[in-house]
This record gives sequence, C-alpha cells and structure tokens, in this order.
Amino acid sequence: MKNPFGKIWMIAVYVFLYLPIVTLVIYSFNASPLVTIWSHASFRWYTALANDSDLISAVGLSLRIAFFSALISVFFGTFTAFALNRYKRFKGRTLLSSMSSTPLVMPDVIVGLSLLLMLVSVQHWLGFPERGLFTILLGHALLGTAYAAVVVTSRLREMDGRLDEAAMDLGCKPLQVFRLVTLPLLVPALVSAFLLTFTLSFDDVVLSSFLSGPGYSTLPMVIFSRARLGLNPTINAVAAVTILVVSMAVIASSIYQSRAERKRKLEVAQAYSDANH
Amino acid sequence: MTKIYSYLSEHINGRRLVIGVPYLWFIMLAAIPLLIVLKISLSEMEDTSVSSMINWAEGWPTLKLNFSSYLFLGTDPLYIETYLSSIKYALITTLICLFIGYPFAYFMARSPKHLQPMLLMLIMLPFWTSFLLRIYAWKTLLVSNGIINNMLMAIGIIDTPLPMMNTPFSLLVGMVYSYLPFMILPLYANLSKLDLRYLEAAADLGTSPFKAFWLITVPLSKAGIIAGSMLVFIPAVGEYVIPELLGGPDTLMIGRVLWDEFFSNNDWPMASAVAVVMILLILLPMAIFNKYQSEQAEAKA
Repeated sequence: MKNPFGKIWMIAVYVFLYLPIVTLVIYSFNASPLVTIWSHASFRWYTALANDSDLISAVGLSLRIAFFSALISVFFGTFTAFALNRYKRFKGRTLLSSMSSTPLVMPDVIVGLSLLLMLVSVQHWLGFPERGLFTILLGHALLGTAYAAVVVTSRLREMDGRLDEAAMDLGCKPLQVFRLVTLPLLVPALVSAFLLTFTLSFDDVVLSSFLSGPGYSTLPMVIFSRARLGLNPTINAVAAVTILVVSMAVIASSIYQSRAERKRKLEVAQAYSDANH
Repeated sequence: MTKIYSYLSEHINGRRLVIGVPYLWFIMLAAIPLLIVLKISLSEMEDTSVSSMINWAEGWPTLKLNFSSYLFLGTDPLYIETYLSSIKYALITTLICLFIGYPFAYFMARSPKHLQPMLLMLIMLPFWTSFLLRIYAWKTLLVSNGIINNMLMAIGIIDTPLPMMNTPFSLLVGMVYSYLPFMILPLYANLSKLDLRYLEAAADLGTSPFKAFWLITVPLSKAGIIAGSMLVFIPAVGEYVIPELLGGPDTLMIGRVLWDEFFSNNDWPMASAVAVVMILLILLPMAIFNKYQSEQAEAKA
C-alpha cells in the first residue's frame, strides 16, 4: 500500500483489538495479587486455578453444554437451511425465516427472559423441566440453531445444484442424494457451524443466567460474578488458558478447512479429466 | 441399514419432514416464548400463568388484559430516560464504529490481495476468544489504579489517575471494541467488490481523489454502511454485560433495567413490558433495513 496513513490506521485498529488480550495474558504471570501492578513473573495464579474447584466444575459443565448444544444446533440448523433453500415456495416460509433469525437480532436478555417464562409455564403445566443443565442446553441450542442455519445456508447457496440433479438422473432417491452427494459436500460447513455454536455456547453468560438453576454455574457465569466484584488474578489465568486453547483450535480448523477445500478441488479436477478420457 | 433407508424414503414425505422439523423447533422456542412475554406483560404481578388469562365465564372466551405495567412504563420518567439513553449510547457506538471501521475496511480492501485473508482472520480472531474476558481486560486497563493510568503516571504525563472507569467513556470503549468487527466485515465485503474503473474514470475526468471518494465510493458502499450500522446498533441497544462491567451505576441502559426488574424486583410483568417495548424499538430499524435490502435485491434483478 502506498498510503502511509492507511497503514497507520490499520495498525492502530489492530493494536486496539489486541491490546486488551495481550495485557490480560501478560498480567496473568504477575505474582502480585493486585492485578494491575506488576511485581515479578510467576505461575502463582495458574496453581491457584488448578486448585479452584468452583472454576473447574464450571469448566466441566460449560464443556458438556457446549458440546451437546453444538450438536443439536448443527442438526436443527441444517434442517432449517434445507427448508429455506431447497423449497423456495411454501406456506409460512417467511414466518420460518423470520423465526429463525429472531435469536440473531433479539438482545440476549429478551431471548433469555422469553425462554425462561416459557419454561416456567411448561413446568407449571407438566411438572418438568427443572431449571439446570437441560434448560441452559435448550437456550444455547436455540441460539446456535440460528447461527448454524446461516453457516449451512451460505454453503448450500454456493453448492453446484447440478450434482444433485445428476444423482437424481442416475436414479438416486432424494434421501440417497442427500446421503451420497449433499452431505459429504456439506461436511466442512457442518464442522465450522459446530465450532461456531460451540464457542457461542461456551461464551454465553446472559442466557445461562436466566435459564440456570441452583447448583448450575457455567464458566462464564463464574467469571462474570467475580468480574462484577472487581479485579481477580485467577480470571487472568483463565483468560490466558482460554486464549491458548482457542487460538490452537482456530489454527487447526483453518488448516483443516483449507486442506478439505484443496482436496475437493483436486477431486473435481480428477473427475473432469476422467470424464474427458 | 439399506432397508431402513428404503423404508424411510418410501414412507416419509421428505418435503414435509424437512420443513416441519425446524418449524416445530422454532415455534416452540422462539414464537411461543415471545407470545408468553407479551401475555405476561399484560398481566398482574400475582397472576402470571397462561391459563388464567382467558376468562370462560360468559360462555365465550374473553381476554383479560391489564395495561398497568405499560402505564407505569410510560409515566415514570426513569424508564423513558433509560430508553433514550440506550438509544443514545447505541447510536454513538454505531457512529464511532463507522468512523473507525470505514477507513479500515477501505484500506483493507486496497491492501495486497495475498494479505487480505490474513488481515480478515486477524479481525475475526478476537471474536473467537471469550467476549466476557475481553471486556474484563478493559476493566484492568481502565480502572484508576489500572494499567493505562499506571503507565501514564510512570512516564509523567499525569500526576493523578484519570477517572476513566465507570463513565460513559469506559462504556463506549467496551461497546466499540466489541462491535467493531461487525461493522468492518460487511463494509469490507462491500468495498472489496468496488469496481476501481469508476474511480479511474473520475480521475481521467479531472475529479480529485477526495471528491471521487465522496461522490463514488461512499454512495456505492451504502449497502455495506447500512448493514454494518444495523449489526452494531441493534445488539448495542439491548446490551447488558458491557454496561454492567464497565458502565458503573450511573450509565442507564435498558438491558440492565430488564435484568434488575427480573432478578432483583422479581417483577415479571414489568420485565416483560420493558422487553416488549425494546422489541418494538428494534423492529423499526430492522423494518427499514429489510425494506432497503429487498429494494436492492429488486434493483439487481
């Protein structure tokens, strides 16, 4: 770029975006219990973290919820994306598409409040569900479905519809087309939808606070209640560990995605050259 | 396995299944809950179950509505002030994000092609690390004995710590920080598709780069500006976590009022009424956005 102003502007924005993350990690190695005043380097807060049973059980709960809610989200999100993309005209299509985008546009406090009031009514009526893991899971699955539908939709749109047609011409039934042609092509999108919804669930504090019951605190809920009270060096250590895990996952998934893309292109090229011989 | 597949494909109407499953899911978890919020906002405090709303006494079901929560909402100046202040903060956040994000997206779209995927990933990467932890990080930077104040005092620029935390300033820093990527991404998507020949033509005709920017680039990126602004403004109006952690007690935001009505006062009808009014506030910009988008789609077709 010739324009020095542009370079400076871009660097400034990146500094703004990464400054808090970097300081958080650096100060996690600070020995002083005063979070912001540097004394000397130590692993003190990591040891404290390893012995913090509240945090560790919260991590366990969050991981379980994130895993299952991501699975459910990808399942229903794929259905939603198919319904909206493969069937252009049906009664109530607008309703479905606006319902599927409400969790995206509504503030979390409204989604949380409305789900909780619904679950309370159901509990009045049927005697279950108790508030806890299941209700949090349901909330995260709703939010995740909306996001997963967006991810799968964008893949479905760029997919070559002729492949499905070819399979049908060759006598495949719709379900076979889905299993043999569409699904394998969708796998990268399903993986990224899974990762995205997993992260969303693992990060959520508002929905969980509304939907949780006594004894069920997710990791963000524990962090939030500590951060509300003030600065807490164990949070810095949690942050450093999270950032390490997340960046490794992001790097691994981008390598996987680019490999899958390359493999797919090679296969397509191979198929074309086979067809021409 | 194959038997199950052939059974399924013969006996189940695929189309009905594919449409029906997500329909049921969202009716249960998105539509009905919102209707229940609407219903509870129209009930009295003691009486929040769905069945008691319909009165069968006259032989015909009649609805029992109670507008007291809304009356209270409309007459208490605190609520009105809070709505206005939420809109104000969301609007300022949107404008700052646009001011920072537009030049950024513009320069990113002009940077070498092979660098762009990496620049884009660097924008997305913070989004993958916990939002809550990043907001907490700003707290460690901004408090009066925080990292920024300590550094400024060590260099000798200031003698006493600047009061940055728990002010509208810290709130806006947190909001801009969290929502900036949502502004940059649609702007970049739009600006990277801009046909540079328009700008060349303008230059050939003697237009200055500055004038060409305002007369060509900005109008052509209108769709990106609108999409980015909506993606920032709508969630910012209802934000809860950022004002709670960075805003201090004096910055009024409607998400916090809803939270307090529900968790501290246990006033479900009031919390629901606050939510319904918030939804109406969000629907208006969304309707404008949708109308604009469908007009764009029509113009293309």
